[in-house]
Amino acid sequence: MLEFKHVYKKYADGTVAVKDLNLKINKGEFVCFIGPSGCGKTTTMKMINRLIDVTEGTILVDGKDITNQDPVQLRRSIGYVIQQIGLMPHMTIKENIVLVGTLLKWPEEKKDRRAHELLKLVDMPEEYLDRYPHELSGGQQQRIGVLRALAVNPPLILMDEPFGALDPITRDSLQEEFKKLQRELDKTIIFVTHDMDEALKLADKIVIMRSGEIVQADTPDEILRNPANEFVEEFLGRERLIQGKPDVTTVKQIMSTSPVTVQTATPLKEAVSLMRDRRVDSLLVVDEDNVLKGFFDIEMVNLNHKKVTIVDELMETNVFSVAEDSLLRETVHKILRRGMKYVPVVDDHKHLKGIVTRATLANLVYDTIWGDGTEMEENSRVME
Amino acid sequence: METVEQFIFYVSQNSGYIWEQFYRHFLMAAYGVLFSAIFSIPLGILIAKYGKLSSWVLAIGSIIQTVPALGAMAVIMIAMGLGTNTVIVTLMLYSILPITQNTYVGMKEVDKNIVEAGFASGMTRFQLLRMVELPLAISVIMAGLRTALVIGIGIVAIGAFVGAGGLGAIILTGTNATNGTAIILAGAIPTALMAIIVDVFMGWIEKKLQPAKVDKPKAA
Repeated sequence: MLEFKHVYKKYADGTVAVKDLNLKINKGEFVCFIGPSGCGKTTTMKMINRLIDVTEGTILVDGKDITNQDPVQLRRSIGYVIQQIGLMPHMTIKENIVLVGTLLKWPEEKKDRRAHELLKLVDMPEEYLDRYPHELSGGQQQRIGVLRALAVNPPLILMDEPFGALDPITRDSLQEEFKKLQRELDKTIIFVTHDMDEALKLADKIVIMRSGEIVQADTPDEILRNPANEFVEEFLGRERLIQGKPDVTTVKQIMSTSPVTVQTATPLKEAVSLMRDRRVDSLLVVDEDNVLKGFFDIEMVNLNHKKVTIVDELMETNVFSVAEDSLLRETVHKILRRGMKYVPVVDDHKHLKGIVTRATLANLVYDTIWGDGTEMEENSRVME
Repeated sequence: METVEQFIFYVSQNSGYIWEQFYRHFLMAAYGVLFSAIFSIPLGILIAKYGKLSSWVLAIGSIIQTVPALGAMAVIMIAMGLGTNTVIVTLMLYSILPITQNTYVGMKEVDKNIVEAGFASGMTRFQLLRMVELPLAISVIMAGLRTALVIGIGIVAIGAFVGAGGLGAIILTGTNATNGTAIILAGAIPTALMAIIVDVFMGWIEKKLQPAKVDKPKAA
């Protein structure tokens, strides 16, 4: 899909921004370029769509040398997202989304259809199409920025710290949304960041750079397990290396597989007695196919028990859930950050598979601190 | 009181003539600014793109601005003779600075990130200018035209000295007549009115053309 062959970038004043870069990126890969500022990661990215010219060597996109292509046509065929978003303030959201379509002289109906399609991808209501960028929040603006890059369906998208200017919670949800989108649409992504957490979370392959050279290019797991040298170790940080091992644990491995549930249309009385029997303060509601529909807790019952007869009327349908294969490290993060007591685990079709509760986490912490019990024995021996 | 009565009398007797001069005056100012805009706006765009030229061009514009209009007109008259053309050429020279400078500032103020996003999306230089830079700079450019036109109305009034007519001619008649205060007023008041009306009208257009406010993404 994308190949760098002995690529150099030298400036007139003698500084070398990129030194003998060799890299092969396959179709559908999510590649993060990461490194300290000035390491040449942004330069490398900008050379791909010829915002910066290559001094020596070749870059091949789909087997074709980019220097043989018209730079304007090349840029139109590669998506581009920047940190500062850069939406056109004088254009509506619709015009912004289909900007590249306009440049390619798409007919009006085609642009219209595409704008509607894309907006659906990020779950934004259609009335946004006629608004202007300044009426949207930062997170929404960057969603539109991403859609603009997707508009003409380019196989390759370049992203320059796209979520860097957003607040942590927005960034979190956008990263997740985007990763999902990337898997669905099977795009090749070149993603520049300086945030290691972001890279570990999103990338299929991480390329760590220093002063214009690649230090290590590998999968996140491999980098965590076998950092190439001290620089990489330092860059990852001691904490992440220690966490490195439990980091690869997925939610599936530790979740409890028998959450307490009720079917939709269960009378409230029955549900409450189930809560009492099982000694829980909250119930998940599923339908007959075990698809997660909502939840309610004892407080909601207490407030509404006079008005409500079946659980459907009571339950909160907006449930935060995680996928089976999401990493435990992130799930823990979310539970703690959002102050939740538990989080249901679902598969791709929203079927309820299990639950991770704070008790599960407590067990995990015990295991990490005292291992499987042997260390504790040693400790107690020392105490004696 | 006498002056007021005389003024009313003069205006009522010569309303057709005043209106004719008013119109002529306005056209001279408008043509001068328009012709100037034809090359000053591209010049402004050019110096915004090639920064090195900017200090030179703006310095020359400022120098022209410091020459008294009457003097400039006298010099140009030597070359072009009496009449409206001399006034229009003088006005063109005086409009260079406000129009060029505002175009320059307007183009420079366009957010670099937006330009980069447009360029990286595959816009040609010309598309970038037409679809991004000009729409975002247009209100600042309009402000330049507004300044030029208001200054221009004042300069055209002097044009009466080189036989170009306009409301200045009425003022000149007044200064030559004994007790001509009323006639001077009949020329001066419409000139002032024209300047005010143009200023308000152009200000309104400027506001209309203002692109939606650019918000920085909200970072918590």
